[in-house]
Amino acid sequence: MPILELKDICKDYQQGREPVRVLKNINLTVEKGDYLAIMGPSGSGKTTLMNIIGCLDVPTSGSYILEGRDLKDLSDDDLAEVRNKHIGFVFQSFHLLPKMEAVDNVALPLLYADVPLKERRARAEEALKAVGLGERIHFLPNQLSGGQCQRVAIARAIVGNPQLLLADEPTGALDTKAGQQIMEIFRRLSGEGMTIIMITHEPSIAACADKTYRILDGELRTQEEQDEKA
Amino acid sequence: MRENIGLAFQGIWGHKMRSVLTMLGIIIGIASIITIVSTIQGTNEQIKENLIGAGNNVVTVQLNKEGRVYDMSWNPVPEGVRCITEETRQDLEKIGGVEQVSLYHTRSYVDQLFYQNTQFNGTLYGIDENFLGVYGYQVKSGRGFTESDYVNHRKVILVDTGVATNLFGGVDPVGKTLELQGDAYIVVGVVAQSKEFAPVINSMKDYQLYVNQSAGNVYIPDSLWPTAYRFDEPQSVAIKVENTDAMTTAGKEAADLLTEKQILDTTAKLDYRSEDMLEQAQQLQKMSQATNNQLIWIASISLLVGGIGVMNIMLVSVTERTSEIGLKKAIGAKKKRILLQFLTESAVLTSLGGVIGVVSGVILAQVISKIMQIPVSISVPAIGVAVVFSTLIGVVFGMLPAIQAANLNPIEALRRE
Repeated sequence: MPILELKDICKDYQQGREPVRVLKNINLTVEKGDYLAIMGPSGSGKTTLMNIIGCLDVPTSGSYILEGRDLKDLSDDDLAEVRNKHIGFVFQSFHLLPKMEAVDNVALPLLYADVPLKERRARAEEALKAVGLGERIHFLPNQLSGGQCQRVAIARAIVGNPQLLLADEPTGALDTKAGQQIMEIFRRLSGEGMTIIMITHEPSIAACADKTYRILDGELRTQEEQDEKA
Repeated sequence: MRENIGLAFQGIWGHKMRSVLTMLGIIIGIASIITIVSTIQGTNEQIKENLIGAGNNVVTVQLNKEGRVYDMSWNPVPEGVRCITEETRQDLEKIGGVEQVSLYHTRSYVDQLFYQNTQFNGTLYGIDENFLGVYGYQVKSGRGFTESDYVNHRKVILVDTGVATNLFGGVDPVGKTLELQGDAYIVVGVVAQSKEFAPVINSMKDYQLYVNQSAGNVYIPDSLWPTAYRFDEPQSVAIKVENTDAMTTAGKEAADLLTEKQILDTTAKLDYRSEDMLEQAQQLQKMSQATNNQLIWIASISLLVGGIGVMNIMLVSVTERTSEIGLKKAIGAKKKRILLQFLTESAVLTSLGGVIGVVSGVILAQVISKIMQIPVSISVPAIGVAVVFSTLIGVVFGMLPAIQAANLNPIEALRRE
C-alpha cells in the first residue's frame, strides 16, 4: 500500500475576479521509504502542492489518500490531528519558538498529542541526540547556529514518529557545509525507513534524493518525462 | 493548563513595560473600588457603633404621646398610666433575645441640682439594680448602689465622668455633697461606660444629644424618686439583648406588651415605643452607601476601559505572534488549544492586575484613613469578588483576540515572518 496517493488534484485561487488554477491534475504516488525531491521555480505551485500534501490546505478537486485514509471532508481540527500524528515539517526558516529551549521546542508536537511531561522530555532529548545535538538540549535558538537550528527543527519533526517528513527548502537559509549535514541526516533517516518529500530549487540538493519531480506551471512531471519533453 | 499559566507568566515577564501599562486600567479600577468599599464599610461600622453603642445592644422603651417621647421634665405625670411592676419586668425578660431588663426614671433636664453654688445642666436618672449592668457602666472610683441603699432610702448619688470633670473640676467627687430638690445627697461613686466612643454628628439633634451627654449624667436609687419628685411616675425601660439584630424585634415586642398592660386610658394618645437605634443607623448607612455606590459605578468605567486596553494589547500580541500560532497549528495544535492559550494569557494578565489593584487599594485605604481620620475596614469578600471579577474581565475581553488567533489560517500565518 502506498503511503500517499494524489489523484487529479487541482487547486484554484481567487485572484481578482478570475480564479487562477495553481495546480493542474496532479497525480502522485509515494511508497513507504521513498525519498523524493520536487523542484520548480518560484510561482510554479510547489509550495501549494507541499501545503496540500502537508494537510495545511485542501484541494479544490481531486482526492488525497494518506495511509489508506481519504482526507476529504475532514474538519480543521481533524486535519490538525493528522498533521500531528503522521507528518513532520521542516521549514526553510526553522520556525523555532525563540523563548523556548531546544528540548521544549522539540517536545511541542508531543504536547499537542497529550503525551505526559516526563515522556515528552525523554523523547525530545532522544530526538535531539539523533540529530547530534545531545549536548545542547538546553540552548535557546539564538544561541545556536543556523545549521543547528535546522537540526533542532528536524528533531521536532521526527519526535512524534511520523511516517512522512515534509521539508520545504530545508537548506535554503544555510551555507553549503551546514546544508550538507542536513542532507546527511535526511539520508540516514531515509535509510531507517522514513518517507521524505523535499522541495528545493537547488539541483545539488535535489540530487541527494532518490527520485526527482519537476513542477512547472502547476503540472508535475518526473525528471525523465521532463527530459523527454526537452 | 498549568503549562499555559506558566507560559502566560513568561509572556508577561517578557514584556514587562507593556504588561504593566496594560494592567494599569485594571489596577486603577480595582484599587479604587477596594478603597471605596473599605471606606464605606468603615463609615458604616462607625455609624452603627456610635448610634448603637459598641456591643451594648440596648433598646430603650419609653412612654410616647402622639409619637414623641413623653418627657416629664416639662410635662406633668400622665394620668392613667400605671407604674411597671416587678412582675411585668420579669415578663419583659422572657421576650426572645432579651438578656436583662432595667426600669428607670429620668429627667432629661434638671434645674434643681447644685454642687456648692454651681447649677448642673445634665440628665438625672433614678435607677434600679440592673441599670449599670444593662448599659455597661463600670464603677471607676468609690462604689455603686447596694441593696441597703435602696431599702433604707439612703440619699446617695452616682456621677459619671462627664460630671466629675465639668461640675467638680478635677476634685474627687466621692464623699462630696450634691443638692437635689433641696435635699443633700452624698456622692458615693463615679461611673463610666466601659467603651469610650467618639460620636459622629450628623444633625442638630445629634449635636444636642452629644452636648447633653457631655454635660454628664447623675444617678440616684429609684426608690428615692417618689421622695424627690413627689409622685409614683411610670418608668422607662432599658433592655439589653443578645445581639444587634435582635434589637428591633425585641424592642417592638416589649413596647407592645407595655402599651397593653400599663396604659389604662386608651383615649389619651399614649403608648410605649422602642427607640430603634439600629433602624436609625441603617438609614444613615443607606445614605452613605447611596453616594458611594455612584462612586463604584464610576470606578467600574475604569475597569471597562482597562478591559478594552487588554483586548487591544491581546490583538497586537496575536498579530505579533502570527508565525508562532501558524507553527503551532502546523504541528498539530487544535483550535481549542490556541484559544485556551490566549484566554489564559489575558486572564492571568488581568488577575495579576486585580491582585496588584487589591494591594494598592488596601494601602490607599489605610493612607486615606490616616490622613482624613476616617475609619476604614477592609472587606475580605470584596477582595475576593475583585480578584474573580478581574479574571472575568480577562476572559471576556480576551475572547475576541483568542478566537482570532484560533481561527488563523496556518498557511497565511507561516508565510509571515
